[in-house]
Amino acid sequence: MAVVRRGKGFGRMSDKPDLLLEMVANPAYLCGAREMINQIAKRVGFPDSQACQIALAVDEALINVIRHGYDKDPDGRIWVAVTPLAATGEGVEGLRVVIQDEGRQVDPASIRGRSLDDIRPGGLGVHIIREVMDEVLYEKRHDVGSHGDLGMRLSMVKRLPNDAAPGSACGPGCSAGTCGTSEGLKQNG
Amino acid sequence: MADRMPIKVSVSSSDGVVVVAPEGEIGYHEAPAFRIFLRQGFDQKPRRMVTDLAGVSYMSTPGVATLVEALQLSKKLSIPLVLCGMNERVLAIFEIARLHTVFKIVADREEALRA
Repeated sequence: MAVVRRGKGFGRMSDKPDLLLEMVANPAYLCGAREMINQIAKRVGFPDSQACQIALAVDEALINVIRHGYDKDPDGRIWVAVTPLAATGEGVEGLRVVIQDEGRQVDPASIRGRSLDDIRPGGLGVHIIREVMDEVLYEKRHDVGSHGDLGMRLSMVKRLPNDAAPGSACGPGCSAGTCGTSEGLKQNG
Repeated sequence: MADRMPIKVSVSSSDGVVVVAPEGEIGYHEAPAFRIFLRQGFDQKPRRMVTDLAGVSYMSTPGVATLVEALQLSKKLSIPLVLCGMNERVLAIFEIARLHTVFKIVADREEALRA
């Protein structure tokens, strides 16, 4: 995995994620994962509409892991790592989300979205992911780490639009003045 | 986690038009329950089916797939299906999947009932 560049105020140089969610492959928990991504994306500075689409891409990726990686076995484990990408100067350039599992491995080249000309249910997830995110990389996991040495890794990057204004909508219950701006991440990084 | 209906859906009927109105998020976990309510609507053999999505804050591809199934069923049964009340986030997934031109989509329930 590439080392993530960290800018001023973002703490130590590390390829470790800022946030790591470990979840079981139970669809009931998808709502929590996508809400987490949505809120973080807004705080990084993505407009509400893009934050929602990033959450959608992550949701679709998790659905694919549950369906295809674990064949709907709810005991499978999934790791969602989230790290803001530091810009060349100060601030945030975007968001990196890495999803890892210990499920069935497939040839990354075989993971393609289907033709949209075929109007039928299903098979849209990969298309959504590739359409929404700027970088999408599927890999077989071979590293021997705390999560075992099997499964797949999906690395996704979404960059902030050049004209992105800091997100304006704080989540329910949020009273912090810095919510919805990258300032909060700088201070807390 | 305890099993219970993961989504609230109201089904109403008037003048031969069935309106199915889900509330909340329709993702992988919720889509199967949504499918049940849609089928119940078609079972009433209405002259038109309206799916009012005004109460839906989020939808992922399993929700979209459920509506594609409903569209296929509507064609098979010759019962027009009209979608209404989509917020821009829900509409966005239809646009990304290029399905916004496949469905009849109108602004709100009032228009759907007139359609």
